Amino acid sequence: MLLIHCPHCGTRPELEFSYGGEAHIARPADPSQVSDDDWASYLYLRSNTKGVHAERWRHVRGCGRFFNALRDTTTDRILVTYKAGEKPPGEAR
Amino acid sequence: MSAWRLPSGGHIDRSRPLRFTFDGRSYTGYAGDTLASALLANGVHLLGRSFKYHRPRGIMTAGPEEPCALVTVRRDEARCTPNLRATQVELHEGLCAYSQNRWPSLAFDVGQIAEWFSALLPAGFYYKTFMWPRSAWHKLYEPLIRRTAGLGKAPKLADPDRYAQQYAHCDVLIVGAGPAGLAAAQEAAARGARVILCDERAHSGGSLLADDRARIDGQTSAEWVDGTMAQLRANPRVRVLQRTTAFGYFPHNLMGLSERLTDHLAAPPPGLARERLWQVRAREVILATGAIEQPLVFPGNDRPGIMLGGAALHYLKHHAVLPGRRVVVATACDSAYRVARALQAAGAQIVQFIDLRPQTDRPALAALRELGIRCDGDLRIVGTRGSNRVTGVDIARIDATGAAREQRSIDCDLVLMSGGYVPSVHLFSQSRGRLRYDETLQVFVPGESAERERSAGACRGIAGLADALQDGARAGAAAASAALGTADASAANPAFTVDAAAPTPEPLDVPRASVAMHGPKAFVDFQHDVTLRDLDLAVREGFRSIEHIKRYTTTGMATDQGKTSNLNALHHAARELGQAVPAVGLTTFRMPYTPVTFASFAGQARGELFDPVRRTPMHDWAVQHGAVFEDVGLWKRARYFPRDNEDMHAAVARECRAVREHCGIFDASTLGKIAVVGPDAVEFMNRMYVNEWSKLAVGRSKYGVLLRDDGFVYDDGVVARVAADRFHVTTTTGGAARVLAMMEDYRQTEWADLKVWLTSTTEEWAVIALQGPRARDILAPLVDGLDISAAALPHMGVVEGTLQGVPMLLFRVSFTGELGFEVNVPAAEGAKVIAALHAAGERFGLTPYGTETMHVLRAEKGFIIIGQDTDGTVTPDDVGLAWAIGKSKRDFVGKRALARPSMQQSDRKQLVGLRTRDPHIVLEEGAQIVDTPGQRAPMTLIGHVTSSYASATLGHSIAMAVIAGGRARMGHTLYVPMPGGEIPVEVCSPVFYDPQGARLNV
Ligand SMILES: [Zn+2]
Repeated sequence: MLLIHCPHCGTRPELEFSYGGEAHIARPADPSQVSDDDWASYLYLRSNTKGVHAERWRHVRGCGRFFNALRDTTTDRILVTYKAGEKPPGEAR
Repeated sequence: MSAWRLPSGGHIDRSRPLRFTFDGRSYTGYAGDTLASALLANGVHLLGRSFKYHRPRGIMTAGPEEPCALVTVRRDEARCTPNLRATQVELHEGLCAYSQNRWPSLAFDVGQIAEWFSALLPAGFYYKTFMWPRSAWHKLYEPLIRRTAGLGKAPKLADPDRYAQQYAHCDVLIVGAGPAGLAAAQEAAARGARVILCDERAHSGGSLLADDRARIDGQTSAEWVDGTMAQLRANPRVRVLQRTTAFGYFPHNLMGLSERLTDHLAAPPPGLARERLWQVRAREVILATGAIEQPLVFPGNDRPGIMLGGAALHYLKHHAVLPGRRVVVATACDSAYRVARALQAAGAQIVQFIDLRPQTDRPALAALRELGIRCDGDLRIVGTRGSNRVTGVDIARIDATGAAREQRSIDCDLVLMSGGYVPSVHLFSQSRGRLRYDETLQVFVPGESAERERSAGACRGIAGLADALQDGARAGAAAASAALGTADASAANPAFTVDAAAPTPEPLDVPRASVAMHGPKAFVDFQHDVTLRDLDLAVREGFRSIEHIKRYTTTGMATDQGKTSNLNALHHAARELGQAVPAVGLTTFRMPYTPVTFASFAGQARGELFDPVRRTPMHDWAVQHGAVFEDVGLWKRARYFPRDNEDMHAAVARECRAVREHCGIFDASTLGKIAVVGPDAVEFMNRMYVNEWSKLAVGRSKYGVLLRDDGFVYDDGVVARVAADRFHVTTTTGGAARVLAMMEDYRQTEWADLKVWLTSTTEEWAVIALQGPRARDILAPLVDGLDISAAALPHMGVVEGTLQGVPMLLFRVSFTGELGFEVNVPAAEGAKVIAALHAAGERFGLTPYGTETMHVLRAEKGFIIIGQDTDGTVTPDDVGLAWAIGKSKRDFVGKRALARPSMQQSDRKQLVGLRTRDPHIVLEEGAQIVDTPGQRAPMTLIGHVTSSYASATLGHSIAMAVIAGGRARMGHTLYVPMPGGEIPVEVCSPVFYDPQGARLNV
């Protein structure tokens, strides 16, 4: 069971959270302008990262809020969590 | 004093003799014995029969790695635990144990005939031998194999014991209370860390339990262990858990521990839990799990009376048992030398000591010779004798051609084998740490850690007591510093003065693979009966990866998880394949380290507490009226209300007629309800649902359809606009939570700018449906003057009011096709209101109905149920709901996907009705459909039945189905192939009853 740091509440056990898939995949602002292939990619294609993965979590049995985490998929270590809408820390580096 | 017990020594209490039985025979042991040591003290070596060949098996080890000595321990009919390792079962007064997998008796077992046919049971026999003829598999082979192969039997009664679960946190968790673990605990505790120390045995000390010669800081090993333990127990920041196995290493330093509380007690106090499952979250973990001695592989190496050298030493020193008097020792490493000396000193005769390694002039051999022991190097055991216990061995020198020279037979009653110690890296590997192959030790040792964890002592290849103690102390200091955030002081080594006489096991200095000796019945995996020949066969048949070899031969796949077989198998396979060991790979270590009972995982979650139960506010009303309930998710829903011994069919027919002719009353409280509130509520609804909401007036409702962004129907329900900025959204019973979660996802992450709030109100409201032509007549007198006439409250109208003073939100809606109302009142008033409605309706023939009738009535009207008539691959158009889509909307969830070409194809599966030619036949839901009769398998399947009922109203069966291009097949005859023959069906509209909807608008 992972220990996850909710940016709003603090560190809590995984039982309080639900997983939300890969992060930073924005829904196109005007889907009608998106090609069929691009729409299919938006729906179905994910990076399936081995290593550091930006992903969404929701503190569903706590504050209810979505946030993002960088997790190493090979070790399950969570490097950092940050609020929805923020860029992954270290992006600027 | 039994014949094999020494008059003094050991950690047993000779003042406390204990009587026990094994297979019905009585024996005596002492407090401090295990079942294994007590049986050995009584000269009992035959403990069970092997898995596949039913070969006699005895005691090979003295710990959790035991592959052979599995027994059933029985307290009573219900407390009967199979597959326990006799090496771990603590003796108590009256212990009652049985051997397993034998018939009719342990000493004479007819299943051993399997061995005569063993040519039929090679590696992969599951895949080959029994494949033909296929019909024989179910009738003959499988029942036979199931009866003859296998382990103990589970009891048939429910487990009467209580199992506790506990969470704990600490700075440093130490697994293993051997020298390294104790030193680590001492050091970590001295630095102020909160420490948990667990050990699977009843006594701490690990390898020191079998070591009465070592002196640590001037004390005997026993004194040092006792002193250290006393110190730790006195420290309030230290928790010591004995009889506690760390079975699983989970992410983020969560360790699963299984503590056995009562199994060692003759009369467990009532109320005390039998086991306690610990979930320990540790800042830092120290693994001090020791090393496991490996067997040698030679022909007939599995007979009772053949055991590991270290095990014999443990029985001798810890339990004061001499496992044999005429002993042959075979070794590939140095550790067996002190075993031989110890046994000789205790009165056994070492009739032959052989060292497999090629040097014949070792000083150690010469030293043994001086003790009068016949010994030599470069020798092998090439065969063994004896049926239920070993009576002799054949030894020989193997020349360069592989031929046996100077072969001779030796009589003996005990054979000790020593194939070197292998670090116990199970937990490290479970933690996803990377293992590293150590070429010198020829074993895998912990490499890079994945968790905040460190290994100490023998489990990372540190040999020798002094080094293990230092290593443990260093690890304890470092872990405490890391956990407490203090400066790392691990460099300041605590000093242990260890007597040099203490033994220092040395690594193998022969290639490990060469310890294997070919010949018949040279076992690698003792629990699954896998031999060298099986491994050879797998390699000959082309298996290259150890993962495949493992699965093909089943080596390492038994309950012992290959603790004494994996490495031998790996080295042998690598040699046969001509590859380096790391290239062949290592199989994955999985939890649990040793088996854990299901009961301890279940804990209190059994019986009534297994799952929470959700009951509606009107549950008791339904009980009073004789409802039969069904589980819908966690909800209890009334399925039907039988009267006068009606069966379900009769009750449903009566309830359906009552609704169509008079009126029915139904508890619809389980429907999901979400309040969507805020200035942007209408914009949010427009984006979420396919429908156009802007024009929906306050006081009106609409059937809403929710898609996912892939365009497939996700949920549906009536949505009411109760204020300009407020929607009352209903969802399916099962969809309530996931619809809210999906809405929250879009609200928070895609449209965070919208001013809208979502609240689950499912449990705020009790919902009572009144459905039928008399519904208004029943309701009108109760609603405190509210006008509910057709003009004032038309179909899909919504109004707030009171019902006998109770605040009410009243919907005029219908899921039955009849005039209908859904009365929403605060949950706490539900029971009162349903009773009042029921009483007022009695003179109109008001009848309670359940979910089964609800299903029939909605199917007669062609209304779909999400999840029954849809399966996550249907579009609104597929199920005839395209009319709901707001055509002028720029966007909504799922709109873009609906424009994809594949969503427009005319051969998509579409919802249609089906009528059977024979009106009495009710199709099976899920049955497949074909378009021409007489097809042979594989048939061309064009769809399946989604809903099917007998309709009392219509006098014939009805069904709904999704069929490729279904709407173009109206009037066509299709076929439903069933075991009893094909059923012809005609495609029709899914609306079977009142297609014009005349009955709604009254
Ligand atoms: Zn939170």
